[in-house]
Amino acid sequence: MFAADEYVMLSALQHFAFCPRQCALIHIEQAWAENIYTLRGLRVHEKVHQPGDELIEEGIRIERSLTLYSHQLGLKGIADVVEFLPDGTPYPVEYKSGSKKSRLADNIQLCAQALCLEEMLDRPVLKGAIFHHQSRRRRKVLLDDRLRSLTLQTIEQTRSLLALGKLPPPVKDKRCDDCSLIETCMPHAVNYFTESAHQNNPFLIK
Amino acid sequence: MKTILNTLYVQTQGSYLRLDHETLKLEVEKELKFQIPLHHLGGIVAFGNVLLSPFLIHKCAEDGRNLIWLTEYGRYKARLAGSTTGNVLLRRCQHQAVDSPESTLAIARYMVAGKLQNARSIVMRAAREAKDKTDKDILSKTAQIHAESIQNTETASDLDKLRGIEGYAAKAYFGSFTQMIRQNRIAFTFTERTKNPPRDPINALLSFVYTLLTNECISACESIGLDPQMGFLHALRPGKPSLALDLMEELRSPLADRLVLTLINRGQIKPEDFTERPGGAIYLSEDGRKTILAEYQKRKQEEITHPIVGSKIPLGLIPHVQARLLARHLRGDVPSYQPFILRG
Ligand code: SF4
Repeated sequence: MFAADEYVMLSALQHFAFCPRQCALIHIEQAWAENIYTLRGLRVHEKVHQPGDELIEEGIRIERSLTLYSHQLGLKGIADVVEFLPDGTPYPVEYKSGSKKSRLADNIQLCAQALCLEEMLDRPVLKGAIFHHQSRRRRKVLLDDRLRSLTLQTIEQTRSLLALGKLPPPVKDKRCDDCSLIETCMPHAVNYFTESAHQNNPFLIK
Repeated sequence: MKTILNTLYVQTQGSYLRLDHETLKLEVEKELKFQIPLHHLGGIVAFGNVLLSPFLIHKCAEDGRNLIWLTEYGRYKARLAGSTTGNVLLRRCQHQAVDSPESTLAIARYMVAGKLQNARSIVMRAAREAKDKTDKDILSKTAQIHAESIQNTETASDLDKLRGIEGYAAKAYFGSFTQMIRQNRIAFTFTERTKNPPRDPINALLSFVYTLLTNECISACESIGLDPQMGFLHALRPGKPSLALDLMEELRSPLADRLVLTLINRGQIKPEDFTERPGGAIYLSEDGRKTILAEYQKRKQEEITHPIVGSKIPLGLIPHVQARLLARHLRGDVPSYQPFILRG
């Protein structure tokens, strides 16, 4: 259904939901992609050394770094952790390290993982969780119809953004303050360009 | 803002650099002389006979850390290039802009105007501070030539005219360089820019600092994903880092020339710091190079408020910021490339 390069990365959905420009910077401009991998590496590293983070009940099997895909939706990616309940029901858990990102963006990414799992294993996935590394808290997420339709909508929007290959303008709000791509994005330089270019006019003799 | 990582300059001949876990170790004749966590380093510059272990080279390539080989006297020889990364769409936009005479001219105009603004401000400052009337007059004349040239850049109808304007101003600039020198003026007399090899101490100093800056501009292009050879102002020639040289134009005065002048005027660099080689080439002594590198590192940490980015930035990051601003322009985010102008 989808050509190989039309598949959307699961992580791109989260980036899109947080800020479309961030999504374009990472997935089109490939800005600082290496740093994101570095971060991911760090996260895995931390986990290995802190086994007490996860309280796992008897009979639950854990798969780490599971490759996920959905051919119907044109999605691919890797899940940090998928737990399998004793009856075999998959339960995706997305790990979040560092600063608080948008809750909704996290939920959308988790829901997309669930949609992949449903297709891959042919069974319903109705719940999942977000694990916040800093607070060591798990937040249960109900994968209801509202979240599902929002996720489907995000998948389509992300796919068209990536197909277009253009950068949307910066969002100009407080998201920028905790965005790790702020230097690459240069929201100030773009949003206030006319004003600052006027002051920086190199043809003007002062 | 991104912190500016140190560059390690290794000058001791016969040094061996190797990686021990995450730590870089520097040994001379099997004796440990220095060590530092590798992640504290943004780059390594090796002068002459300096050996590096393959694992250290691999790690630098993986992390995108700069690794540059120069001769013992600071001439560029080679740099490490890891696998090609970055944005192919950006590179395509860059190539398209180079192919378009209008885009090329527009970008080059801003670059030259930026360069002349910075050169003018250094000359005007020297004119203000000059005690001698003749010096003042010569410098004021040069500043005047720059003011006129700047106005001409805006209307230059093609690249050749633009380069002519720039060349004319540069001649005046270097022609009054001696007037900006206040210490040891006899030993540090400057007549014209000579390269390959430099024929007097000032040329030796300028060549050395320009080499450092060129490499930083190449790294800046590469880390942003721009092709350092695809320039706008500088003609395309095999092996020539034209874009890096373009970006460097506006940074020469504030980052390199000012440093050279300060070192001479404060007496930190003296006539004894140079040696003449057979054939008349003048080179800096190892101690002289050490002094410059230390001051250069210090200067890179100084913060200024960037007029376009709107926040405080260490001077050492300016090449990166400018490369990024150029990338933003090439990708259609902003309507023009804005050069870096250091006011005051
Ligand atoms: S800095 Fe702001 S506009 Fe730019 S990517 Fe981040 S959140 Fe989006």
